[in-house]
Amino acid sequence: MLRLEKIHKSYTIGKNALHVLKGIDLTIEEGELAAIMGSSGSGKSTLLNILGLLDDYDSGEYHLDGRLMKGLSETRAAIYRSQSLGFVFQSFNLIPFKTAAENVALPLYYQKVRRKKRNKLAREYLEKVGLLEWADHLPTELSGGQMQRVAIARALISRPKVIFADEPTGALDSTTSLEVMDVLQAINAEGVTMVIVTHEHDIAGMCGRVIHLNDGMIETDERNAAAAA
Amino acid sequence: MFSLDNWQEILDTLAKNKLRTLLTGFSVAWGIFMLIILLGSGNGLANGVEYQFRDDAINSLWIRSGQTSMPHQGHRPGRMVQFTNEDHDLIAAAVDGVEHTTGRYYVRSPTVTYGKESGNYDVRAVHPGHLYVENTIMTEGRYINELDVQQVRKTTVIGDLVKQALFKGEPAIGELIEINGVAFKVVGVFEDAGGQNEMEKIYLPISTAQRTYGGANRLAQMMVTTGDADLAESEAIMDDIRRRIAARHNFAEDDERAMSIFSNLKNFQRFLNLMGGIRLFVWIIGIGTILAGVVGVSNIMMIAVQERTKEIGIRKALGATPRSIIGLVLQESVLITGVAGYIGLVLGVGLLELAAEKMPHSEFFLNPSVDLKVAIYATLLLVLAGAVAGGFPARRAARIRPIEALRDE
Repeated sequence: MLRLEKIHKSYTIGKNALHVLKGIDLTIEEGELAAIMGSSGSGKSTLLNILGLLDDYDSGEYHLDGRLMKGLSETRAAIYRSQSLGFVFQSFNLIPFKTAAENVALPLYYQKVRRKKRNKLAREYLEKVGLLEWADHLPTELSGGQMQRVAIARALISRPKVIFADEPTGALDSTTSLEVMDVLQAINAEGVTMVIVTHEHDIAGMCGRVIHLNDGMIETDERNAAAAA
Repeated sequence: MFSLDNWQEILDTLAKNKLRTLLTGFSVAWGIFMLIILLGSGNGLANGVEYQFRDDAINSLWIRSGQTSMPHQGHRPGRMVQFTNEDHDLIAAAVDGVEHTTGRYYVRSPTVTYGKESGNYDVRAVHPGHLYVENTIMTEGRYINELDVQQVRKTTVIGDLVKQALFKGEPAIGELIEINGVAFKVVGVFEDAGGQNEMEKIYLPISTAQRTYGGANRLAQMMVTTGDADLAESEAIMDDIRRRIAARHNFAEDDERAMSIFSNLKNFQRFLNLMGGIRLFVWIIGIGTILAGVVGVSNIMMIAVQERTKEIGIRKALGATPRSIIGLVLQESVLITGVAGYIGLVLGVGLLELAAEKMPHSEFFLNPSVDLKVAIYATLLLVLAGAVAGGFPARRAARIRPIEALRDE
């Protein structure tokens, strides 16, 4: 599903070039639930941005679902994101003046789905994450765990092939973290490929594969048979 | 880019940011409101000035005689110049470009009687051409004509107010009124665009009055109209008249005291120039006000984009193309300026209408209003202004990179 070959990426900050990714080779198959771990500055967020087509890379090749993603225009990237990718963020990133249902429906707006159908689907997906009765509430009226579930519903509604989650439990306590992970695992079980960036070992422990990054390189890449079950 | 769904999304956003929308809209509404008020007032002033010229034909020349002030061909200064019928006939026959001509002779201290009613009115003896010099409007019968003058008929044309005072609603045409004891037959009744004062006049044929009241062939003054002559042509006509009359009466051509010619056209032109200046001034101020409004909108949209960096980042991560982001900001801007501007337009026009109706009557400020064309231009200007105002913030919004916008603080 995702194939990276010798990906390099550096940022220029002032006059200094910061070499963040130093040749990443990585293949993630369809239906996998992979965790990317690493200390801060290891390049895991940068890697996720590249995988999610939110950022470009300097050299190497990135194939998404068999297609080469290189030097995309912003518009092309936006279309690929809209069609095949979903995002879940640490700070939820719901639009504060939109209700839960409107937030969930937003990706479909950019797919030009009709309003009625959008709203119907949004309620279906909110029901899936157990928040139907909260559909008309603003994000500020929801708890952290609820907001993250709304964000997950939003990531799901466009039926993406891959969901990227950037520290999805980073802002949650351990009980709600587990609830959120349950939801993510359930989605993965339906066949959606999932990549989770985290620094929490017990979260990584729930993933079928754990990839450790260190200083822009892959340090270890382990299969976790227990979690896959 | 302009689908209904799109507008719904924008209306949603606007409705949920009411204060921002209101503040943005206010500056534009105010700008348009001011422009309309200024333009309307300018028009009111122009109408007022035009009203000042309603009494007499704009193309009329008014020729008056006086005392010579320069020695000429052995004559000392200080001689009186007295116009006669011959002067009038000369101008009528010889001067190119004059359209209608008339002399005027006043009956001294006239008392006008009909039955038991009597009053004192201005009695003017005139040629038929006088009709066109004053803006006289006949409401009944006819004006003084050539035959009246040639056959020295005792006919008269009276103003509407004279008729009301003497005849008390009874028909006047064909009746005889006495002026200083001499009977004249009423052949016409008139109104005058010049207002009340001008409708308290009585006109007689020039020849009849001169003969009846001992005027011999004397004229107090002469008037001519110049057709559709422009300013330069009318100046030429003035020079021609001056040359011929000066030769006949033996005074220096450049002796302004011996004979003065007042050109209504020249005066009118001066006012037209003034009005043009005022109009230009009004447009400059008005456009300036709108521009300030537009800069305000642009500024607020810029802040809004800044404020919504994160939101725009989220939208992009969810699949918004740069184009749709530009559309979002641009349409929002156009919608705010359009609607707010329209409100300002309606309020401005409303206030002008109200002012036109309720304001105490003034002859210098009449019917302040703007025409439809100006309103349409203003509306187009607004949409354009909205697009310009939104343009810069929209491009900035499109450049927002989702990773930077979504980076956790």
